[in-house]
Formats: sequence, C-alpha cells, structure tokens
Amino acid sequence: MSRPVTVYVPQDASALSVGADEVAAAIAAEARKREAAVRIIRNGTRGMLWLEPLVEVQTDKGRVAYGPVEANDVAGLFEAGFLQGNDHGLGHGLTGDIPYFANQERLTFARCGLADPLDLQAYEDNGGLAGLRAALEMDPAAIVEAVTESGLRGRGGAGFPTGIKWKTALAAEADQKYICCNADEGDSGTFADRILMEGDPFTLIEGMVIAGLAVGATEGYIYLRSEYPHAIAAMKAAIGIWNEANLLPAGKGFNLCLRKGAGAYICGEESSMLDSLEGKRGVVRAKPPIPAIEGLFGKPTVVNNVISLATVPVILAKGANYYKNFGMGRSRGTLAFQLAGNVARGGLIEKAFGVTLRALVEEYGGGTLSGRPIRAMQIGGPLGSYVPAAQLDLPMDYEAFAEAGAMVGHGGIVVFDDSVDMAGQARFAMAFCAIESCGKCTPCRVGAVRGTEVIDKIIAGQNVAENVTLLEDLCEVMVDGSLCAMGGLTPMPVLSALRHFPEDFDRPPKRPAAE
Amino acid sequence: MSDNGAPLAADICVRHGNRPDTLIEILHELQDAIGYVPKETLPVIAEALNLSRAEVYGVLSFYHDFHTAPKGKHTIALCRAEACQSVGCEALARHAEQKLGVKFGETTADGAFTLKPVYCLGNCALAPAMMLDGRLYGRLDADKFDAAVKKAETQ
Repeated sequence: MSRPVTVYVPQDASALSVGADEVAAAIAAEARKREAAVRIIRNGTRGMLWLEPLVEVQTDKGRVAYGPVEANDVAGLFEAGFLQGNDHGLGHGLTGDIPYFANQERLTFARCGLADPLDLQAYEDNGGLAGLRAALEMDPAAIVEAVTESGLRGRGGAGFPTGIKWKTALAAEADQKYICCNADEGDSGTFADRILMEGDPFTLIEGMVIAGLAVGATEGYIYLRSEYPHAIAAMKAAIGIWNEANLLPAGKGFNLCLRKGAGAYICGEESSMLDSLEGKRGVVRAKPPIPAIEGLFGKPTVVNNVISLATVPVILAKGANYYKNFGMGRSRGTLAFQLAGNVARGGLIEKAFGVTLRALVEEYGGGTLSGRPIRAMQIGGPLGSYVPAAQLDLPMDYEAFAEAGAMVGHGGIVVFDDSVDMAGQARFAMAFCAIESCGKCTPCRVGAVRGTEVIDKIIAGQNVAENVTLLEDLCEVMVDGSLCAMGGLTPMPVLSALRHFPEDFDRPPKRPAAE
Repeated sequence: MSDNGAPLAADICVRHGNRPDTLIEILHELQDAIGYVPKETLPVIAEALNLSRAEVYGVLSFYHDFHTAPKGKHTIALCRAEACQSVGCEALARHAEQKLGVKFGETTADGAFTLKPVYCLGNCALAPAMMLDGRLYGRLDADKFDAAVKKAETQ
C-alpha cells in the first residue's frame, strides 16, 4: 500500500453530538473496503461548529475541508476522490481559506483543531511550550509584569485585569499558594472553555504552570463541571501525559489536580468554587478577603478562567506588546466569541476586541437559523443583558457595552428570532436564579422567587403598571444587596428585556375562558 | 445492594486518604458505582472524614448531581437553557414528557428512563442538545429524540 493519507475527524463533544464517531468509523470501513491507506487522526474542532462533523484531508496543497459530513456521505466522498482533495458537494476547499476561519485572529486558539489534542510533540511543533520556556528564564515579577502589560482581563466574564490579581498573590507571604482554574463554564451560550480543554488541553496546563511560576504556587486545581465528560477525559489524559514528560527543571515542580463539579451553577462564582474545591457546599464567601490573599484552604490563590490562563502562553511566547496590539480602548487582545442559539452558522470566532456585534452575528453567523429576523441577543450568559437588533452596531468592547447597559462578559452570544417572548425570557432569568441561588443572601434567595411571581402576574395582565414598578424596585434591591453576581446581575436580563421590549410586558388581563 | 453500600463508601474514603476536601469526589465515585448515594452511607462517610452527618448531608443535598434514591436505567438530560430555548427546546421538552409519560425529575414506571433538565451542555451552537447516558446529541428534534430513546431501549 502507498503512504497513508491523513484524514482528520474531530472528537470534540459538539462534533460527536452530530455523529463524528460514526463518520470516523465509516471512513475506516470504506477505506478497508477500497484498500485505501488512510490514517485517521481525531483532532479538536476548528470552531466552525455548524460544519461539524468537519472532515479534513491532508493534501500537498494543505488541509481540504468537507462538512457537515454524515456517515452515509462517506462512500460518495471516496468516490469523488476526497483523499486527493477533489471537489464534492460538501467540499469547502482549503480549511485555512474558509472566510469564517481565515478572517479570525487566532491567538489563544491558534493550535485548536490542528492535531491530536494529546500529542505533546505536535503541541510543541505547533508553537506550544515556547511561553513556558520564556517564563522559566524570567523572574516571577517579570512574568507578572508581562501579563499586566499585555492588558489581559479576566475572560470568565468579569474582565478584571489578570496581572493585578497575580501581583497581589505574588506579594502575599505564605507557605503554600494555589492556582485555581475555573472551568465551571455553566453559562448557556458559552463553549470556548470546553473547546479549548478538549482541543488543546496542554495550553491550559502550560498557562497554569506559568501562573504558578509567576506567583510562587506549586499546586493547581482545575474545577471542571460534570456536564463536560469529554473535557474531563481530555484534561485528565493531558495532565497524565504532561506529568510523564517531566518538563520542569528540578526545584520547580507544579502539582496539578482535576476536580469534577456536581451540577451547581453557582460554583462558577469564584468563592463558591473555592468552597466546593474544599469539599463543601458551594456557598458564596463574603469579600474581603479576596482569594488572592485568602483563597483555597485560606491560602493566597489565583482564580482564573480557562481562557485567561490559556492566553498566558502566547503572551509570554510573543511578548506583551504583540498581544496588546490587538483590540480597542481598554479591551486589549482577542476574545473567543461564541455564536449560539438561533444562528445559521454557530461556532467559535476568536477576534480582536472592537469587532461589531453585526459582523459577528450577520457576517459570520449568517443571521438566524430559522431565517426569521433577529429580535434580540443575550450576551455574556444568563446574567447578561438582552440586546435588541437595533444595537447590532455596538463594538465588542467592555466599556462600550457597559455604557449601553450591557456586558461583553465571556463573549457568548445567544441569538433569538422574532418569535421570542421577552417577558418569558425575563421570567426564566428569575426562575433560574431561584433554582441556582446558593441561598446565603436574602436578596438573591428570596428576591428571585418573588421576581418570578411578579413577572407571572405581569404576564397574566394583573395590575401591570404597579407590578412593573414593583419588579424594578425588586431588581434595585437585588443589584445593591446581593453578595455576588448571581443575585446582583440577574436583574440585567430582566431589566434589559423590560427596557428594550416593553410591548412584551404590556399584557391585557387574562379573562376566564367562555363557557 | 444488600449492604447499602456502607463498606464500599468506607473503602472509597480510604482511597481518598479520608480527606474532607475530597467529599464531592467520594460522593461521585459512590454514585457512579451504585447509581445513587444511599442515606445509610452518610454516617460512614462522616466518620471517615471527621465531619458531622449534617455536613455530609448538606453537601449531598446542595449539588444537583447527587440523589439518594435509585434512578432509571437510562438518564436523559435535556437542556432547557437560553440557547436551546431560542431553537424550541420547550416544545421538545413537552414532547419528551409525552413520549416517556413522565414529568421532568421523574422516572418511567418501568424504571427505564429518568428525565431531568440540565442548564447547558456546552453544545449551544448546535442546539437543542441533550445527553443520554453520557452521549451528547445536537440539533435535536422530536424524531431524533424518539430514535435515541428507541436505541437506548434496545441496549
């Protein structure tokens, strides 16, 4: 047989959800039948999720893409000569030339989908470990300085400068410090953490090890939600391979431990995540003290989101200035935008800050999946505002969004068409808060229940004007009086729905049905 | 299980060094092995980790993942969060309830399926999504749901 042709079939959870395993099996079976030499590599996703399963064939010209491929398309692909990169109805030409992909600025996700995620040699060949090697030559303070200088802000949603957190932890005196990675990506409309952990897990590990070198921490925890079994498996395997490879010089050990969540949304809040890591109920802690001074087991702890940590290697490898030169205003670098919900071409788009919402949702996303007009987008997760279609020209920038009463958050964008009932969405925000509140503070625990009841009355048309006033009042109490973002931000979707879509709250009283 | 899992619970605790910070890991392992966390194991775990029973029960009852009674042979977790709502997961939820003859949180009379809501499986670009015994489904509709249920039934 001739030299085998390399065929890539993603094993990302999203690809699997639409039959990637079946496609890989069909390609292997068809190749056997035709006595064609094929080597199948299960890579991460390239982020173009609407094309999944996206099969790529390595040719002399580069990687040629076909998708979305179903198992029963496979015989036809062989027939058309896809192993030579020939045309087919599902063909998209070279992957790197697909506009959706070509126009991105892939820094954090530069390697995602290129190779077998657990192939450490391929990781290094594609630029991995360069950040770590640079960091090993630097003083802790210089590493912190580079991260501060890059302008990197917390990608989990809060947007707090990462370097400042690290500086505080570095300055804290303690016999033990910790790096905790918040991988409890519970927000609907987000999957960047998952894609990275499944598609390029070593990047996260490298980022955590650099964080450890920077602040003097020798232990790290990844708190990964139980709803992500594929990411858990990938991270566990990657940690094993990383440890085996023994990449750190003597005296610079870093012990990494993965902890599985147990289905509590609130554990995405950093202080309740710390309590959960200690084996307790995920109840929010009062601040101060901040985790950087008194965090896990009472020790100085850096708590960062997956993408924040996974962005550190490229900053160290290419320099703070390189990273800082992307973006606008005080939003530096790139964000992994996630297009989700009712959108024709959903997926992950890593772009510099400053790209407009319209460019993302219309040019990349291609509008709604249903083909109906866009009515609203919820941005930044369940605690983010609903943004009306009229604001599509907003630039993706922390400050510009804050000024418009919305938040960029982690860059998750859930698109809704004109069939959405915004009063229903506002109700869900309150109901979700009631389900997921940790129960520690009253504005959140009780406020969410009362909020659901008041919206029910509005929907039923009972004293609408008075109840809307009451709802606004309640939201004010939740914003001002809640201990954390759960109760404090739930009013964001509620009030934005009310402000931008008042017609959905203006209900006539329901009359008993006629006999 | 005739011994209510108590010896197994004690064994798992020892394997985790009887460390109280591993309580959630211990409960996961116990539930993976038995299918639920029998209440009879609580005093054993409390003793091993040097915690009060109330503390162990507090953790057990806080997290949605854990349950203290057996569930169906198969678990269907249907996502009902915003991204799935935007493409009609509520209609699918009603279909699932009708098809299985149960409400969310319940188990079918024959013990075959437990239907539960989940708030995000991270498959939001290919919504609606569900997970059936660890297998993720995307771009779900009523027909695909029925086929998945049928496939599980024959397993």
